[in-house]
Amino acid sequence: MPSEKMLMRGSNVVGEAAVRAGCRYYFGYPITPQNELPEYLSARMLDVGGTFIQGESEVASINMVLGASAAGGRVMTSSSSPGISLKQEGISYMAGMELPAVIINMMRGGPGLGNISASAADYYQATRGGGHGDYRTPVLAPAGCQELAELTFVAFDMADKYRSPVMLLGDGLMGQVMEPVIFPDFIDLKDLPKKDWILNGCEGREPRAIFSMLLGQGELYHHNLDLQKKYDQITAEEQRWETKNTDDADIIVVAYGTAARIAESAMNDLRAEGLAIGLFRPITLWPFPSTAFRELAQNGRKVAVFELCLGQMVEDVVLSVGERAEIYFYGVPGGVIPTPAEVADFLRSVAKGDGEVGRRIDV
Amino acid sequence: MSAEVAYKQVFGWPDSLKKNPTHYCPGCGHSIVHRLVAECLDELGMREKTIGVPPVGCAVLAYNYFNFDMVEAPHGRALAVATGIKRVHPDKLVLTYQGDGDLAAIGTAETIHAANRGERITTIFINNAIYGMTGGQMAPTTVLGMNATTTPGGRDPRLHGNPIDISRMLAVSNGVVYVERCAVSSFKQIRKAKKAIKKAFQCQLDDLGFSIVELLSPCPTNWKMSPKAAWAWVNEEMVKTYPLGVIKDETGYEDKK
Repeated sequence: MPSEKMLMRGSNVVGEAAVRAGCRYYFGYPITPQNELPEYLSARMLDVGGTFIQGESEVASINMVLGASAAGGRVMTSSSSPGISLKQEGISYMAGMELPAVIINMMRGGPGLGNISASAADYYQATRGGGHGDYRTPVLAPAGCQELAELTFVAFDMADKYRSPVMLLGDGLMGQVMEPVIFPDFIDLKDLPKKDWILNGCEGREPRAIFSMLLGQGELYHHNLDLQKKYDQITAEEQRWETKNTDDADIIVVAYGTAARIAESAMNDLRAEGLAIGLFRPITLWPFPSTAFRELAQNGRKVAVFELCLGQMVEDVVLSVGERAEIYFYGVPGGVIPTPAEVADFLRSVAKGDGEVGRRIDV
Repeated sequence: MSAEVAYKQVFGWPDSLKKNPTHYCPGCGHSIVHRLVAECLDELGMREKTIGVPPVGCAVLAYNYFNFDMVEAPHGRALAVATGIKRVHPDKLVLTYQGDGDLAAIGTAETIHAANRGERITTIFINNAIYGMTGGQMAPTTVLGMNATTTPGGRDPRLHGNPIDISRMLAVSNGVVYVERCAVSSFKQIRKAKKAIKKAFQCQLDDLGFSIVELLSPCPTNWKMSPKAAWAWVNEEMVKTYPLGVIKDETGYEDKK
């Protein structure tokens, strides 16, 4: 049975959804703005007989995740931008060792210590690997508490299906905001996917070793090609997006997460003024939903990209659309959250083509 | 009397060790310690209930030699990885096998905090006072005056800092129940080392807390010595910085001496 409708903070929603999705191991290090999540799980794991460890660092925490994953646990960590930078070594190892886990990133302003406000400046880091080596990490971008709950389930299933770390990319606002949410039912732990590769002692079988170091002639070459096959499959099968008002739209605004919520308000205001704006909201950032977006971005439609940074996802839009459509960009950096009115000014400017707000992307 | 004679095997290849030739240099202590670990696990009947974590360093390929489940860890992170494993499988014996750079330089934080949490894990700590795999650079445990490729003229405390005695540091933590420093540079010491390793595993099986055995181990290649001279250097010089013996024993076991 799904839960009653509850009013909950975004970070707590992820914690409750993780427990309901069968996660029984959490390792993390405090960092604002996502501390409510480890705090929630420190108590919730006691209820369900799970493990919560506050690690001595993000580095230690991601490696506890690595160990628990190798041992077969459904496992999660969470952090925010600077902490995710520290976890990148472990994420690269887990990609190489093909170990599933869910990594929550409630992004804050950067670079460096930056600030603790909502930002979306880690798109490159999330979607381009982040750590060293030729790998990809599936990235899911929720735009509200209900979706935080649902995508947490999706993230665990994808991680197990593809034996890969999966990132849930929110931001400081998404972690702090309170919204009504209905949780999916608890997964019966007996129904979790069976894993025939885990380390649990070699009783009655040959010993297993899980490693990413491949020194033999051609071994690493072939390992990378195998990983790429997996990434190709994910790209073909896992693209997720949402559209609103795109059928009659002259301008399609592209935004994800918190930015999509702001863009949606701006769209609704402009629709009332008679401007035909539609919204394309990527839900998977990697793989970017290129296939669907390419279909939309033609027939003289303009594309307007809005991000809470100075332009990262816009590169994927360009890669998807190329010269099929005029592409405009408006971005706000440094943890500043623009109002829907500011985004509406950008969209009006795109409609007029006057270039007063934002800029035209020269493809 | 029957013509049959009852034979009892008194020595053989341990089940916990694969029959693969190792890549270790002549005179290196790693193969000795591998064998000791394997013998102890066999004697405890734990081979099929053990999960090990090798280091990044000379023993990075230990999973090719140990005949039980193993998972690679990033450099220094073995005890964090082992923590994750142990929390999923509290009924299994979890060990890390780490060198001095892995355990006492890049992994210092993971080492101290896993120990201080009292994780039910056993660490086999190889101290050879040098970075072996990368070719002889200074280790955190390089002793004063010792030549490494990054301590020209010998380790000078004002230039390079002091050798670290991580075992004694760990002993002050309440999470740690057993710390012993042994050497694998004489037959007598090797026998002592085996007893210490077995006892450290027993601590874990008895759910007492964190246990660690430090093993002073010769590295003839990077010390630029013959194996024989390297063994002598451990016994005569290295023990001055790292005295052998029990550093902490709160096991309450009878054999406490």
